[in-house]
Parts: sequence; structure tokens; C-alpha cells
Amino acid sequence: MTLISDKLARFTTMLRIRMVEEMIAARYDEQEMRCPVHLSIGQEAIAAGVCAAFTRSDYLFSTHRSHAHYLAKGGDLPGLIAEIYGRNTGCVRGRGGSMHLCDLDVGILATMPIVGSTLPIATGAAFGSKLLGDQRVTVVFFGDGTTEEGVFSESLNFAALQQLPIVFICENNLYSVYSPLEVRQPARDRVALAAAHGITAALGDGDDVEAIFSLTENAVARARNGGGPSFLEFATYRWREHCGPHYDNDIGYRSEAEFLAWQQRDPLARTERELLASGELCAATLSDIKASLQDEIETAFTAAREAPFPDESTLFTDLFVPTELCVQAA
Amino acid sequence: MRTLLYTEAIREALDLAMAADQRVYVMGLGVPDPKAIFGTTAGLQAKYGPQRVFDMPVAENGMTGVAIGSALAGMRPVMVHQRVDFALLALDQIANSAAKWSFLFAGKQSVPLVIRLLIGRGWGQGPQHSQSLQATFAHFPGLKVVMPTSPYDAKGMLLAAIADPNPVVFLEHRWLHSTFGHVPPEHYHAPLSQALVSRPGSDITLVASSLAHIEALQAANILAQHNISAEVLDLRSIQPLDRETIHASLKKTKRLLVVDHGWKSFGVAGEIIASMSEIAFTDLISAPQRVTAPDHYPATTPAHANLYYPGVAEIVNAALHMFKRTPMSESDMQLTIPLHRDVPDKNFRGPF
Repeated sequence: MTLISDKLARFTTMLRIRMVEEMIAARYDEQEMRCPVHLSIGQEAIAAGVCAAFTRSDYLFSTHRSHAHYLAKGGDLPGLIAEIYGRNTGCVRGRGGSMHLCDLDVGILATMPIVGSTLPIATGAAFGSKLLGDQRVTVVFFGDGTTEEGVFSESLNFAALQQLPIVFICENNLYSVYSPLEVRQPARDRVALAAAHGITAALGDGDDVEAIFSLTENAVARARNGGGPSFLEFATYRWREHCGPHYDNDIGYRSEAEFLAWQQRDPLARTERELLASGELCAATLSDIKASLQDEIETAFTAAREAPFPDESTLFTDLFVPTELCVQAA
Repeated sequence: MRTLLYTEAIREALDLAMAADQRVYVMGLGVPDPKAIFGTTAGLQAKYGPQRVFDMPVAENGMTGVAIGSALAGMRPVMVHQRVDFALLALDQIANSAAKWSFLFAGKQSVPLVIRLLIGRGWGQGPQHSQSLQATFAHFPGLKVVMPTSPYDAKGMLLAAIADPNPVVFLEHRWLHSTFGHVPPEHYHAPLSQALVSRPGSDITLVASSLAHIEALQAANILAQHNISAEVLDLRSIQPLDRETIHASLKKTKRLLVVDHGWKSFGVAGEIIASMSEIAFTDLISAPQRVTAPDHYPATTPAHANLYYPGVAEIVNAALHMFKRTPMSESDMQLTIPLHRDVPDKNFRGPF
């Protein structure tokens, strides 16, 4: 029974991400979400499969395309939506918008839009956990582009050297903005690249949420038991435009045929089919789940739109924290 | 008179430079993609081939080093980043290598490199995609730092930058990309070291660059209604700083107000005021003033955009203050700028 409910939970996580992103896309042109949005539609299985293998207190870092990771790790939905709406009730009070999310209650330390910048920071968080012996494992999500950055090698080197409790998750969606992988990298094996650092590494199907979960579960167990870091690369595809709510197959950087082939592999529909076929999910339950999620999402959007903007008095706050807090922490 | 968009002027400069000199190449993330760095590199790969116009790995520092090395070997690289902020990843190569190369090697070698950096702003881009870092780059001796305002200067200064044997940081404000103006079709250079008197006046000197210069011109129009004749200087080059042109203007107007979108402390405005305090102290009849971004970061929320960014109203009132006049309300100025200072114009639909 436990196994069945866990699978259903991972499916529900994917479905919830899809529905949240679809709602953002549907409402974006109302001009009230005045920040860039990088939607995760098509990439939900990796977030759901990976995050299910971590506990609430484990640390998470991510990129500009982070809504899925935030939600899968248990980030507060009203906090996410209000943040995109620039409201004071947002997860960082309107400071960061879609690209700078944080929810310390569930270990989400930071999402950042500078490519590669969180990789060494996540490595450092894992280093801190090792020094403190706090049993936490860190997960860091990044795209294929990050593997071209110098800090990729620098971070893997230190993580391996120190046998740090960290899992590197590379979401390879084939494009960095509109630049295809093949004009940025030779036909190289990134898994072998990670393995050459002495890191346990594997390639996985980014549309198979259960396989993603299994691979990650092993990596997390190894990390928690002092077995060091892992690198997992998952093949996936971003359905919508790089930034914004629309489709952009018409502008010419990728073909409609390529998009349709990936859309056929829809990780959400695939999981839904499997669960329905095995009897772990029935049409009535699915309908109930969708209705419940729809309620939750609409409530979050309504709350965000009714919430106040940050007050003028917060314009210049928080550049430093009060010194006495630092002294206490030390 | 032929008119081009700012982006078209940039594109034409790259086209002419590549046609004239086989050593010129253009690289950057997105250079050959369908959006072509907001149109500024459109069609160049088709015309000059993938050896000279190409995408690059997401490796800012490494690829800057590659550009420097190729420049030493005789090439003329033009590198572009879609946001200034990304160049911070390459600060090691820009500051430790490119800026110092000529000095270190006694002028026997130099680095003819142009780095185009786009300044973002608004629509919630937040503090990592909207920085005005001209002072940061200008602080390193050995870098030329320019910020053309007009399409005419964008083309002429980019051609001059590519022809220059030294590293040039070429800053383009995203909000200027959709402006247009007179641009002759031929190959010409605009100076990389001279400010331009864009509006003559006699009572106060407004010094500004890039988008801030457009705002200073609008402020001058409003000040004219108060019988204050403002002389407006388009700085164009941050480093070297054209102190002579500023000083010459101050001899006439005796009042200095500097506008810069960088942060207030340790910035371009501070440097100009300090320089003029040194060389023009006796010419001045009132304390020089500056209008800048505050020493803080812009939040993504639109609620703070109007409060964070200085604009025409702040320039007008800073000038009025120097004449001991009563400040104006923003509504009395009848500005045509949008309601929210997080968008360049009211037709903007987001995202950038």
C-alpha cells in the first residue's frame, strides 16, 4: 500500500506543477505578473522524482527555471504565486520574483538565474553539513549549459575530494536559451566527465518519474552514509518558450517536429496512463485530485492578487542583517 | 535623412566592420539565434559564416580568455553578453588580463577586444539582471568604457571600438534599443573619448550618459519653462572621462548636476563631481549635485520600481533646488513616461 501511495504522490506532485505552470501561463498576459517566468512544463518528472528522495530538512538549490523544484520539495504555493505577483506575502517579499525563490522551512535555500552560480554554493552547503555532521544531503539542479562553466569542474572536484553529501542533477533540455547543445559542446559524455572526478554518475530518462526516483534514492542513501557525491543527468525538454508563457517553435531555433516528438513523451500523461492501467489510480480519483488541486491553485492566485505590495518603508531594508544577529550565530 | 533603430545601427556597424576587416569576429550566447541579441546580430552568420559569427559555450570567463588570446594572435573579437551582469563571471579575464596586458608587457602587446554588454532594467528582472556597472569597469585603468546614447554614436563608437587596439567595454542600455535617429550609411568613427554638448545652455550643466542622458534632455525642456537654461552633456565615454568638455561648460554655467544610473557611492557621478571640485572649484557658485540610483538593489516587485529608479522628475527637482526654487510635482511636469518605471514604454508587454 505504501508503495502505491508513494507513486500516486509523485504523480500528484507532477500534476500540481503542471497545473500551477499552466495557470501562470494563462494569466501572464494580464500584465500583473511583472517579472520574467521560466516555466517547467515538460520537465516535471525530474523535479517530482528527485525531490521525493529527499527529506524536508535536506537542502535544495536551483536555477531560473525553478518553480517545479520549489513545489516538489514542498515550497509554499501561496508564497510562490505572491512572489511572482511582486507582493509582500511572497516567499521573499517581492524582492526576487520568479527567479529568486526560497523557503527555509523545507530546505530551499536559493534559486538563482546566473548560470552555474549555485553549483559551488550548493557544494559549500554540503561541506557545511559534513563539518556539522547534521546528516543533511544537498541537491542542486542545473541545466546542460552549467556543465560548460568552469565552476562545474571546480565544484565536482571539491565535492569528490571531500566526499560531500551532495547530488548534482543535470536537467539536459538541449538548449541554453535558444543555443542548441551541439553548438556549445562537442559530442562528449558528461556522465563520464563527472565519473572522471571520482563521482558516481548515471544517465537517466527524464520522463520516467519512477526511474528518476530510484536513481536518486540510491544517490541520497550513499551520500547520507558518507559515500560521497553523485551526478545524475536526465534528458528532458522545455515545451514553452525560454522565458514567458507562450510557445516559440515558430521562431526557428528548433523544429515543430522535434517539439511534437518530445510532447508525445509527456511525462505526466505517461505516468497517468501507467497508474490507470495498473489500477493504482481510477478516473474518479483522478478527477477528485484535479478538482482539489484546482481549488488550491485558484485560492493561491486569489490571495496573491489581493495581497498588498511591499510597503515603501521596505525599499532600503535588509542590505545587512543587524550585527548582533551575526554575533549570536558565531 | 536616413533613420535607423539603435539596434539597426549596432548591426550595421558590425556588418561594416566585418566586411572591412577579415580579423573581426563576433561571438556570444545567442548571437546566431532567431532573436539575434535583440536584432543586433541578425543575418550576420548567413553573410559571414559560422567561423566568424557564432554561439559559444556558457563559459563567460573562459571564453573571454579565448577572446583575449585570439586578439593577441591577431584577431579582432567582438564579444557580447545579453546582460552586463554575466560579465561579472569574466571579471578575472577582463580586469586581470585584458586591462593590464599592454602595461604588463610594456606596450609590446595589446588586446583589441570589444565586449558589448547590455544593461537590463524593469519587468522584475531583479538585482542580478539589471545592474549599471559602468563605474566598476571604469575603475580599472586600461579599459575604455563607453555608453553611446544615440544610434549615430552607437554605430560610430562601435566601429571606433573595433578599430581600437585596446580593450573596450561597450555598454548598451536595453531601453535605448527601441529608439531611433539619424545614421549615415557609410563607415565612420565617433570618438571614444569625447563628451558631446547635446543641448547648449547657460545656467546649469547637466552631465549624463546613455538612458540617463535622454532623461536629462527631457528635464532640460521642463527647466526651460522655469527660465533655467540647462546645458546638457552626453558623456558618451566614461573612461577616459572628458573632463575638459565638462570644465568648459562649467565656466559658462557655474552649476553642475550629474545624472547616472549607477549607485551613488563610489560611482561615475561622484568621480565627476570630485574632478570638477579639483579643477573648477572657483568657477562654481553652488555645490555640485548628483541624481543616481540609491546605494541599494532594485527589488523585482513593480511596487518599488518608481521609488528606486531616479527619473526626469528627480533631475528637474535637483536642479530647481540648486536655484532655490520650489520643487514641482511629477504630475505638473506632464511627462510622457509610463506610469510604472519598470517598463520603457506603455506598449511594453513583457518579459524582456
